[in-house]
Amino acid sequence: MGTRNYVRLAEQEALPSVVANTVVWVAVVVAVTLLVSLALAQFLALEFPGRRVVRWALIVPWAASLVMTAKLFVWIYDYYFGILNQALVALGILAAPVDWLGDDTTVMGAMIAVGVFVSLPFTTYVLLAGLQTIPGEVYEAARVDGASRWRTYGSVTLPLLRPALLVAIVLNVIYVFNSFPIVWTLNDRNPGFSHDTLITYMYKIAFKSALRDVGLSAALGVVNVLAILLAVVVYLRAVRWRDQEA
Amino acid sequence: MLLSPYLVMLLTALKPAAELRATPPRLLPGEWQPGTFLDVLGDAEFQGWLSVSLVVALASTVLVVVAAAPAAYYTARYRFRGRAAFLFLVLVTQMFAPTALVVGLYRQFFELGLINTYAALILTNAGFNLAFAVWILRAFFASIPREIEEAAAVDGCGRLRTLIGIVLPLSLPGIVTAAVFAFIAAWNEYIVALTLMTDPAMKPLTVGITTYVTAYVQHWNSLFAASILAIVPVVVLFALVERYLVGGLTAGSLK
Repeated sequence: MGTRNYVRLAEQEALPSVVANTVVWVAVVVAVTLLVSLALAQFLALEFPGRRVVRWALIVPWAASLVMTAKLFVWIYDYYFGILNQALVALGILAAPVDWLGDDTTVMGAMIAVGVFVSLPFTTYVLLAGLQTIPGEVYEAARVDGASRWRTYGSVTLPLLRPALLVAIVLNVIYVFNSFPIVWTLNDRNPGFSHDTLITYMYKIAFKSALRDVGLSAALGVVNVLAILLAVVVYLRAVRWRDQEA
Repeated sequence: MLLSPYLVMLLTALKPAAELRATPPRLLPGEWQPGTFLDVLGDAEFQGWLSVSLVVALASTVLVVVAAAPAAYYTARYRFRGRAAFLFLVLVTQMFAPTALVVGLYRQFFELGLINTYAALILTNAGFNLAFAVWILRAFFASIPREIEEAAAVDGCGRLRTLIGIVLPLSLPGIVTAAVFAFIAAWNEYIVALTLMTDPAMKPLTVGITTYVTAYVQHWNSLFAASILAIVPVVVLFALVERYLVGGLTAGSLK
C-alpha cells in the first residue's frame, strides 16, 4: 500500500518519452484540428448549393467507429499495398515508398494525421454553432466603417468566437488525451513503448507487456485522471468566464 | 476529401482477395466482387459479434434513458440544495473517459465475476453515457413552458398523467437524441469491450472484426465489408440527431 507504485512509476525508463509523446500528440492534434476547423466552419457557414451534402460528409468520420477508421488507415498507409505510397510516388512527391507506420520518424506524424481527421467534424460543428450566434448586423457595421475582410475577421469574428473556441479547445484536449484506438491500432507493429501516449502506455503495462503490473498501471491511471481533472477545472473556469462576460 | 478514405474502404471491400496483394496497388477493383458483403453477413462469427453489439447497445440505451429522464426532469423543474453540485458532478463523469478508468473497471468486474458477461459491458456503457443524456434532456425539459403543466393541473390532470400525457410527448425529440447518442456511443465503444470481453463468443463488432486482419490472416476485404455494414446504419442515425448533438456536448456553454 501507500506510495510504492507511484515511486516505481516515476522510475520507469519509458516514462519521459511517453510523456513527451503525449504532449506532442495532444498539442499538435488540437492545434491543427482547430486551424483546419476554423476554415471549414467559415466555409460551411456560407450558403452554397450542396452544403447539405458537405455537412453529411463531415458526419461520417464522427459517427464511424474509431477502430474501424484506424484499421482503414493502417491499410492506406501500408508499405507495399497502401494507396498512399502509390499515389505519392506516382505524383512524384516521393521518390520511393515510405513505411509510414514502421519508420520511427514517421509513425507519430501518421498517427497525428488520423487524429486530426477524426477530430475535425466535432470541432467544426462547435465552431459553426459559434459562428451562427454572431449577428449579421455586426458585420454590416464593420463594413460600413470600412474595415477590410481580414481586419473584420481578426477584430470582429475571432473575439466573438472566443467562447466557442475555448469550448472546442478544452473538449478536444480531453478527447485527444483520452484517445485510445488510433494510437493503439496504428502503433500495433512497433515493440516497446517508444510511440505510446500515457493512455496506451497505461493499458500496455496492465494487459500487454511483460510487466503485467496492474498496481503500476492503476497508479498511472490516477495520474491520468488528475490530469483530466485539471482540464475540467480549466473548462469550468472558461464557462464561468463567459457567464460573467455576458 | 473527408470521404475519400471511406471510398478506399468501400473499393477495397469490393476487391477479390487476390487483388489485395497486387503491386502496384490500384484504387479500383479489377473485378468487382460484392459477394464479400454476403460472405460476411453469412459468417457465423460476424453474426455473433453483431448480436453482442445489438444487445449491449440496446440494453444500455434503455438503461440510460430510464435513468436519465427522471434526473433530468427533476433538475430542470425544481431548485434544491446541491443542484449545481449535482450537475457539476454529472459533467465531471463525462470527462472521465472509460480509457482512464479501464484498469479499475477490469479489477472491479473481475472481483464480481462479471468478465465476459453482457451485464459488465451494458453497465459500463450506460454509466458513461448517462452524463450526456442528463444534460441534453435537462435542456429539453427546461424548454417546455411551466404554464402548460400548470394548465393541465388546473384541468384536473394528476402529476403522472401530466408527465406521461404532456411532458413526454413534448420532449420526444430530446429523448430520441439522447437515445441515439447513447446507442452510437455504445455501438462504437472499443477499449472496455477489448478489456472485459476476452471470450471470442462475447466480443462485440468493434473488437470482433479486428480478427479479420491480424499478424496471421489478412482479410482486408472482409474487414472493410464488415466495417461498412457497421458504419452505414450509424451514420444515418447520427445524421438524424446531428443538429442537437453539438448543443448537448457543449452542455449549455454556447448559447
